[in-house]
Amino acid sequence: MRWGVFKMETILTHNQLSLEKSRPGRRGVRFETAQKPASAYLPEGYLRRTAPKLPELSEFETVRHFTRLSELNYCLDGEFYPLGSCTMKYNPKAYELLSSLDGFTQMHPFAPESAVQGTLKMMYDFQELLKKVTGLAAFTLQPAAGAQGELTGILTARAYHDARKDFKRTEVIVPDTAHGTNPATANMAGYTVINIKSAADGCVDKGALQNALSDKTAVVMLTVPNTVGLFEKDIREIADMVHKAGALFYLDGANFNALAGLVKPADLGADLMHLNVHKSFAAPHGGGGPGAGPVGAAAHVAPFLPKPIVECKNGKYTLSGKMSKSLGKMKAFYGNVAVCLRGYCYLRQFDDNTFKEIAENAVLNANYVRAALKGKFNAFFDCACMHECVLSIHPAEMNGVHTSDIAKRLLDYGFYAPTIYFPLIVPEAMMVEPTETESKQMLDAFVAVMEKIYNEIQTEPQTVKDAPHSQCVCRIDEVSAAREPNLRW
Amino acid sequence: MHTEENCRFAKTHEWAHMEGDIATVGISNHAQEEISDIVFVDLPKVGQQVTAGQNCCVIESVKSASEIYAPVSGEVVEVNTALANDPALVNREPHGNGWLFKIKMTAPAEYENLLDLNAYKATLGK
Amino acid sequence: MFIPHTSQDREEMLQKIGVSSVKELLSKIPQELLYPALGLPKALTEQELSAHVRALAARNQPLKNFIGAGVYEHFIPAAVGALSSRGEFLTAYTPYQAEASQGTLQTIYEFQSCVCSLFDMDVATASHYDGATALAEAALACLRITGRKEILISAALHPHYKEVLKTYVRHQEGVRVKESPVGADGTLDLDALSKNLSDKTACFVLATPNFLGCLERADEVSARVHQAGALLTALVNPVSLGVVQTPGSYNADFAVAEGQPLGNAMNFGGPGLGIMTAKKMYMRQLPGRIVGIAKDKNGRRAFVLTLQAREQHIRREKASSNICSNEALCALNAVIYLTLLGPKGLQEVAGLNLERAHQLADLVSKIPGFKVKFTAPFFNEFVVECPIPAKQVIKKLAKKGISAGYALGADFKGLENCLLVCATETKTAADLQAYADALGGI
Repeated sequence: MRWGVFKMETILTHNQLSLEKSRPGRRGVRFETAQKPASAYLPEGYLRRTAPKLPELSEFETVRHFTRLSELNYCLDGEFYPLGSCTMKYNPKAYELLSSLDGFTQMHPFAPESAVQGTLKMMYDFQELLKKVTGLAAFTLQPAAGAQGELTGILTARAYHDARKDFKRTEVIVPDTAHGTNPATANMAGYTVINIKSAADGCVDKGALQNALSDKTAVVMLTVPNTVGLFEKDIREIADMVHKAGALFYLDGANFNALAGLVKPADLGADLMHLNVHKSFAAPHGGGGPGAGPVGAAAHVAPFLPKPIVECKNGKYTLSGKMSKSLGKMKAFYGNVAVCLRGYCYLRQFDDNTFKEIAENAVLNANYVRAALKGKFNAFFDCACMHECVLSIHPAEMNGVHTSDIAKRLLDYGFYAPTIYFPLIVPEAMMVEPTETESKQMLDAFVAVMEKIYNEIQTEPQTVKDAPHSQCVCRIDEVSAAREPNLRW
Repeated sequence: MHTEENCRFAKTHEWAHMEGDIATVGISNHAQEEISDIVFVDLPKVGQQVTAGQNCCVIESVKSASEIYAPVSGEVVEVNTALANDPALVNREPHGNGWLFKIKMTAPAEYENLLDLNAYKATLGK
Repeated sequence: MFIPHTSQDREEMLQKIGVSSVKELLSKIPQELLYPALGLPKALTEQELSAHVRALAARNQPLKNFIGAGVYEHFIPAAVGALSSRGEFLTAYTPYQAEASQGTLQTIYEFQSCVCSLFDMDVATASHYDGATALAEAALACLRITGRKEILISAALHPHYKEVLKTYVRHQEGVRVKESPVGADGTLDLDALSKNLSDKTACFVLATPNFLGCLERADEVSARVHQAGALLTALVNPVSLGVVQTPGSYNADFAVAEGQPLGNAMNFGGPGLGIMTAKKMYMRQLPGRIVGIAKDKNGRRAFVLTLQAREQHIRREKASSNICSNEALCALNAVIYLTLLGPKGLQEVAGLNLERAHQLADLVSKIPGFKVKFTAPFFNEFVVECPIPAKQVIKKLAKKGISAGYALGADFKGLENCLLVCATETKTAADLQAYADALGGI
């Protein structure tokens, strides 16, 4: 026997693909065999000619393969994500358990309504709860994600204007701090995007808005709190300006977790808004989805929402309500019901008093981090923020280090990176959103590490520039990956 | 052959080089530096009509997409097919083999309105 | 429970910030609107919530399901849920920070690889919302590529998919959606298709199996579509591809699918899993996330989101789509499912679906008054013509604990007595017999 022959690189197979581990004839699951071959049922021309190249692994190898892969991820259950605008907050385990009950997961969307009253009641009650917390008149659960919610909202607005034969409205106004989905959404709906600059205080420049508003404006899209973490202080006035121009006021609810219970969007003048169930409430991010993006509408716009909406008639829940003005359908069936169920569970765990505490704690945590890092990482807008703050180091103290380096260095210390280079209006921006579910102790640990990195930048900037040092892979050559894409094995 | 010296420039960082009624178009050295590692060039189609000052091509880096405006009006008569396999050519030789496309001009006077190298460089300082 | 702070924590934090209450931090909010009454019901403890939600689940009735129509009941091996519900996958963020997300990135790369091979296509995305939106986005890509303005669709496309497609293209200038009819055998009328194709057709949307369960003569359709200079977008059932010819084999330009049948529960229709594939030359026209292989600076293999310059966070209003998420967790279920099954397992499952559906069709056609409506080949679904309206059949069978199928009358004129029936590998010989008996007993 010879010890120490193999180097770590050769025995570390963590990034070997399942297709490379594959051995012909191995399998993970067996089904009974059909009595006759496929050719007994289908003519020759309809048959598949060669078998697909899928992995051939045992069940145990499959379990080990994916368990190993999972260990290469950062995850919220393990680490703190200070990701601005992403609201990585805790997802209670009960909601996972309850939403995976056979009684829900085994329901077919076209099953007789009498057989799915439990699911329909949940959807109806979720709609009702959303109406209560936003003050809006109606909700659709159909959009599959926040971005699809935006598209739903804008198409609803368009259906509203079209029904009034107000065809001259061809423009959507979006502030320059908006998420990229806002302008992309307006474009998909066939509108021309008018970008307006923000004022020096990070809020909407009312003069610029007034100049942009006209009888061609269909919708003004505004994120509240906005993407720099500030509440639009003149929002009532802005809403009035929008309505006076005959346009609709779309409130992007991406940051609604910081508002829920503190103020009702309807009171702010919103005609339409979407919520992100995973951010506004609690559903796991899942590495990028599935989400759910319910859209709410004020009474005058509600008839144009996508169909169907769950209704309750004489104690029976139904999807068959007539919606003759509806814009149609945004996706097949009725929305990401399993995700909505998690949102429903969440809302049922709070009453008026406890609900507002969540938003308050989002605000408290963000301001605590802002205050604790002051002097080293300064807030771009030096005032109280809502759920997130935009930080940067003074350019003279950066020593050639970029924000992206700081982000990578944080990974070495066991923290996920903040959102970087967003919003676009702040150079070298780092947007930190601690969320309401992090403890003071975790925030203190984050602050200590940020201060440590700040000191490294002053004394050993190269260490920061070369980060990460502790991950399973180092800096990745994204340029070659994009020039010669290898997108499949 | 086109060089930095014998080209005319648009303020939006495209260059054009005229031979007869054909203008060869590319982006300036300054522009390729700003974009940095180019990973893909979405070229116009041969036969496409373009108007001076209008977007007709997109250059992608890993984290950006930059619109390229036609410096002169006319019909696209040739595109640089070498960029499909080697988009970095634009980074290496922005004024030589990294050209983008050729336009058969419909309004050659537009060419005269473009900036010479010195005038273009003067705009960069601002 | 949800908020960790003790009152002492809160005091210390407020002190550090330099305010005496959180309300002071909210001064920009119009004070008269602060803290509105919401009227939320009593807050439930976890124990109460659990009882309440379980009671809701119990209000649903577990009928023996014979409906397909876009969502399919399949057996899901235990390892699928056991692995995908690991917190490391479940609570990870979108993999923008590649170094901290290699697990999710590699699973997506493996998903793309499996899908490409299954579909016989060159490239696949990391997934879309569902089959209907993937189809709509593929059609939008065809409009951009060809510069043409007409989308021709099969009349036997899923009615929801038709509606979603119309929603997505409604405000594209000059674009129209036209249907090409099906003939008496339940498949496309090829002569009519040829007549409907023109130099205005951007793409033809082929569904095979179509919404009537019938498999189309895809090679023939493809030849006609390409002859007209149009692109072919195929919508397929991914499980069928275990035995049925692939979109790549008939030269589809785009191929899309609802991926739910691959290891995902029905969940009352959502979330779904939009599968989107294309020929390599259209790679940059694909909307949404794509993962590629890269190298790190030490030359080691790494995975990364690539071709991002197509996406909304960079192109903003110039982006071809606003899509921002993918159904990562559903794609994870799909790739675990495909890994467990392998080529042989998938072939077995597909073969069983084929057999069970044909066995059921045989049983049903022997019942007096009932007949299998169409003669075209089918996979796991077919249309039964009943002696009474299909809606009544559904009601009657529901009382016997059976979900009889999908009533086609609302979507297809003249098919009021027709029922779209599905049998997957989940239905045993006894289940099939019970269905036939129930139908015969009407």
